[in-house]
Amino acid sequence: MTHSEAELSPAHPKKSFVQTLELDLRLLGMIGAFAILCIGFDLVTGGRFLTPRNIFNLTIQTVSVAIMATGMVFVIVTRHIDLSVGALLATCSAVMAMTQTEILPNMLGLGLGHPLIPWVTILVGLLIGTLIGAFHGWLVGYLTIPAFIVTLGGLLVWRNVGWYMTSGKTIGPLDPTFEKFGGINGTLGAGWSWIVGLLALAAALYGLWMSRRNKIRHGFPVKPLWAEGALAALISGAILGFVAILNAYEVPTARLKRDFEAQGLTLPEGYTEAYGIPISVLLLIFIAVGMTMLARRTRLGRYIFATGGNPDAAELSGINTRLLTVKIFALMGALCAISAVVASARLTNHSNDIGTLDELRVIAAAVIGGTALAGGFGTIHGAILGALIMQSLQSGMAMVGVDAPLQNIVVGTVLVLAVLIDILYRKRTGVT
Amino acid sequence: MTGTKQSKRGTPLVEMRDICISFGGVHAVDHVSVDLYPGEVVGLLGHNGAGKSTLIKILSGAYQMDSGEIRINGEKADIHNPRDARRYNIETIYQTLALADNLDASSNLFLGRELVTAFGLVDDDAMEAETRKIMARLNPNFKKFNVPVSALSGGQRQSVAIARAVYFDARILIMDEPTAALGPHETQMVAELIEQLKAQGIGIFLISHDIHDVMKLCDRASVMKNGQLVGTVDVDKVTDDDLLGMIILGKHPGAQAEA
Repeated sequence: MTHSEAELSPAHPKKSFVQTLELDLRLLGMIGAFAILCIGFDLVTGGRFLTPRNIFNLTIQTVSVAIMATGMVFVIVTRHIDLSVGALLATCSAVMAMTQTEILPNMLGLGLGHPLIPWVTILVGLLIGTLIGAFHGWLVGYLTIPAFIVTLGGLLVWRNVGWYMTSGKTIGPLDPTFEKFGGINGTLGAGWSWIVGLLALAAALYGLWMSRRNKIRHGFPVKPLWAEGALAALISGAILGFVAILNAYEVPTARLKRDFEAQGLTLPEGYTEAYGIPISVLLLIFIAVGMTMLARRTRLGRYIFATGGNPDAAELSGINTRLLTVKIFALMGALCAISAVVASARLTNHSNDIGTLDELRVIAAAVIGGTALAGGFGTIHGAILGALIMQSLQSGMAMVGVDAPLQNIVVGTVLVLAVLIDILYRKRTGVT
Repeated sequence: MTGTKQSKRGTPLVEMRDICISFGGVHAVDHVSVDLYPGEVVGLLGHNGAGKSTLIKILSGAYQMDSGEIRINGEKADIHNPRDARRYNIETIYQTLALADNLDASSNLFLGRELVTAFGLVDDDAMEAETRKIMARLNPNFKKFNVPVSALSGGQRQSVAIARAVYFDARILIMDEPTAALGPHETQMVAELIEQLKAQGIGIFLISHDIHDVMKLCDRASVMKNGQLVGTVDVDKVTDDDLLGMIILGKHPGAQAEA
């Protein structure tokens, strides 16, 4: 949480540029690594990597893993692990696929395409995910079975519960509204994307201003105004640049033509339409903001980090660490359900192997993002960036034409190297 | 058995009567009774493993006794966990300090009792302001408010732990080896603090290895050996050697003291 500020020792009044901005050095390092990765792939592929189309695809491919990675941060911060997230995703996806194609339309007689179907389905999925997660948490917290074992068992159980329920069949197509959560089938379009971008910008600037005002009110030291301004400019550039890139990806003419013809119209000459921000990415952003608030601004978040830093101290401070474990795993389960919505909607069906190996991608994303397995440290934005780095690496290599086995060898090596660099960094800066 | 002057002061703040606890057949605390009056410092002495920390952890809610009774202000108290203890205004400074190393001073100070805003969100700025206030009183040199406590020195960490116990209007304070990790200057600060708290009518249990500490800071001393209470004495009526005899030989100096 605040570990980045350890370098800001008051013994050195002369601060560097980065220190004055109070930026997280580790985060900067990760962004740098990500940038080098992207530019490298772009050069090797002759400019095919950093196109609006590929960036759009990268973001929608990352969402499912990134959503779960935000929950995995809390699990790992409290010194647990969850190996069952991919399997849990599969079970939630199976339940939701059956709910929307069979149970609600036929057994309950709503009929296919009823407007309530997607929402009831998502609610059912969330409920199932939360309950299973809470059950895992109860086994870990109250019955004191190590999380590694509980969730290793969970991996086998839930992967196959999903299989058993669907008899291994692929279920689809899913509800059209439900499919909007998948990515390409549900985007905001250029206009709404700009509105969302500007709202996000306003919120970010307001947050910066409020935090400065609060510090002044309490008489705490604040950074110089120019630093505040530079930070604001940086954030503005990032938000608006992101929207501009997604808006630059235009719907292919063939698809537009088909859409117009479906409505009995002809495509006007020179008409274009942009995809804009995918709804799934918007969902991820909301979850990221919510989880960050949870981590930094709520008691629950404070207790999660305190328990990770020193479980005995947390217990002696009157924190109910067992119930806390249940809550953390329940939250993880809920996030698996949301990821299941995104993943199955993106594929437009539920398939038996959905989410396979996701547990490893999610853990890797959290760890690359700076979450320490020893507990106590981890950030939500780090985990999302970790997921993005993993996905970029994978799709970049696929684009370059690296053989599949080599791809996995590289990803595995990068994971270990990332943790090594993190350990060296922590040793040098003397932070835990 | 104690027969000391403090017993004439009315109701004790804390009475622990006939406390027993065992771990896997070992009687860690075996029928021990101690008491504490307002404005009094009672030292708990004994070898490692004598059971003094265990006894005190029962009072602070970390352990649950097998049998016995705790009375606070003459009324029976049910203490099953640290939250219960805090409700009785019992604050503890643990030997290990019980700090979450990854959090900063104010997060540790308010851990479990965070100040929140109108929306129920943690109010870090308000907590930091309060922390700055109490630190200005306890340890004016303390300046590291925005770093994790792992980056602090032993003395600074200790002052965070002490601030946490003092801030919340403790009536009963338990200090487990408060000076073990400190230099002479900081030890002096702790001694002054104890005098200050005493004057406010707070009762203090002070666990210590150091007989000199106990002779200097405490009004009475209870000595434990092998889980049992050897005896409780008025510190100004005994010598260092008497206390040593109690600790090492488990011999009550009563006979000599009265002679």
